[in-house]
Amino acid sequence: MKNHKIQWVLGAVALLVLPLILQYFGNAWVRIADLALLYVMLALGLNIVVGYAGLLDLGYVAFYAVGAYMFGLLASPHLADNFAWFAAHFPEGLHMSLWMVIPLALVLAAITGVLLGIPVLKLRGDYLAIVTLGFGEIIRIFLNNLDHPVNITNGPKGLGQIDSVKIFGLDFGRRLELFGFDISSVTLYYYLFLALVLVTIVVCYRLQDSRIGRAWMAIREDEIAAKAMGINTRNMKLLAFGMGASFGGVAGSMFAAFQGFVSPESFSLMESVMIVAMVVLGGIGHIPGVILGAVLLSALPEVLRYVAGPLQAMTDGRLDASILRQLLIALAMIIVMLLRPRGLWPAPEHGKSLAQKS
Amino acid sequence: MDILLQQIINGLVLGSMYALIALGYTMVYGIIQLINFAHGEVLMIGALTSWSCIGLMRDAMPGAPGWVILLLATIIACFVAAVLNYTIEKVAYRPLRNSPRLAPLITAIGMSLLLQTLAMIIWKPNYKPYPTLLPSTPFEVGGAVITTTQVLILSVTVIALAAMVYLVSYTRLGRAMRATAENPRVAALMGVKPDMVISATFIIGAVLAAIAGIMYASNYGTAQHTMGFLPGLKAFTAAVFGGIGNLTGAVVGGILLGLIEAIGSGYIGQLTGGVLGSHYTDIFAFIVLIIILTLRPSGLLGERVADRA
Repeated sequence: MKNHKIQWVLGAVALLVLPLILQYFGNAWVRIADLALLYVMLALGLNIVVGYAGLLDLGYVAFYAVGAYMFGLLASPHLADNFAWFAAHFPEGLHMSLWMVIPLALVLAAITGVLLGIPVLKLRGDYLAIVTLGFGEIIRIFLNNLDHPVNITNGPKGLGQIDSVKIFGLDFGRRLELFGFDISSVTLYYYLFLALVLVTIVVCYRLQDSRIGRAWMAIREDEIAAKAMGINTRNMKLLAFGMGASFGGVAGSMFAAFQGFVSPESFSLMESVMIVAMVVLGGIGHIPGVILGAVLLSALPEVLRYVAGPLQAMTDGRLDASILRQLLIALAMIIVMLLRPRGLWPAPEHGKSLAQKS
Repeated sequence: MDILLQQIINGLVLGSMYALIALGYTMVYGIIQLINFAHGEVLMIGALTSWSCIGLMRDAMPGAPGWVILLLATIIACFVAAVLNYTIEKVAYRPLRNSPRLAPLITAIGMSLLLQTLAMIIWKPNYKPYPTLLPSTPFEVGGAVITTTQVLILSVTVIALAAMVYLVSYTRLGRAMRATAENPRVAALMGVKPDMVISATFIIGAVLAAIAGIMYASNYGTAQHTMGFLPGLKAFTAAVFGGIGNLTGAVVGGILLGLIEAIGSGYIGQLTGGVLGSHYTDIFAFIVLIIILTLRPSGLLGERVADRA
């Protein structure tokens, strides 16, 4: 028991110190850590839908996009530039605080999640996968084309000049001097994302052990039996879509603030596939596994970028960083599935262990 | 009126290509209940292989007539695609046949990504102009223009469909395929070797996909490493539309989807008063898919399979 406590404290200290160490090697490394944290959040959100409720969603990136575009529209001069009434009402532009942005992204994404969930309630397995994939593509096509006749999303050019996050007058977009010590903007974001990830993890654990979580798992194992036991499968599935989507929305708004720029390119099918791969590779339905999967798949390819230079020169420019990254992800998906179909760090099988005890 | 006729012809051509791809999808799904996401990439590899072959053969025998080169390139591409699909099944799907259903689906997505990446490394990511090898004198029918390539595409689809129906309904292999689709274990008891049947299905699907890929590339005049993804997805939609596991359904679904897409993109601008333009073309397939799956999950001609998934 005491050992556990020490492990927790050590882990917490390591997580807190990590960006300060990375900072010395350059902000690029902290950026990688930041993005890894965002992916952890996305993967945990998708894990609610896929891991707990057993609904394979290949269009998850749509919710990420909803959050990102929501923040992009509200926090950039785009709306004021294109709509006179908006400029008239908010001459200074909307500069919402984090305490508004996060709930708003959460609610908006959750609503989108439920709306997308309604027509696909009856579907399962592969059919659900392909329809959600279609939804993701539809949203991306709209983001790409809604620049005329009314310019809402600015089309493929994307939205720029998005404000950074501010809480209590602290601007995350600027470096901070604390006791003569320089903390860069990316490091500040690291702490913000870390806090959000911790909240996500707590929510996920609480969900997992709640009646709702158990109902989801019952639906995953056998929908008809779950229904027979009095679980309202329709509402539970919609709840899963909504809750999963809400994490995606929050992560998306944070992504927009962090990057200062969003465009449809960031929300391609590839991104959805990658998030699914993180969940499945790590260990579907198992929180530590999902986190492992997300960190591995988001950080490893970035690290590989530094290997890619010489490789690119060697292979006549055919093997650059992005190709290497795709190759790695593809191979990882295939090989891990073949060797460990239940993921790298799978959940212990609750059902069987209970059966053995009694 | 001319526009309508023209769009119907375009739709038929497009639809027959979808139908050819959908045949491969539907056969594989019928037998092992797997969405073979890599099917579109087999199409792409087929098209790019034929592109390379055409380039090589044009250099090697400058005097040869276009159709000979196209035929030879098609045969080589079909062979490559068949070997590829056979290998994919053996490496990525067969070891997972008794795993949870999600596992082979993930390897299928991984395989699709892997093939795209490999194609990008081998052929480089740029668009390749696909040569027209047949004499292309467009002729007019009632105010609409048809090219020889389009006529060829339509006739190849009809021939391929007839061959597939014959194969599945009247040959030993076809009977074995139907038996395996019904129940692999019982089929094995009756002397059918399910593994061989599944391999054969993948090989046939690959040949159809390669032919479709070559036609796709000749129709649009370009080939690229991402060209397989969208047709693959739409062909799956077509297969679901017609009733997955059903050959005629795949063809009907493919043609209908092609028509919906062509007519839809031809008139969407007019219907919505210019708000939505023809760049929304790709949306139709997904909307059709969602409507079909919610209203009639078994498709137009299919049995009820949604619960099995």
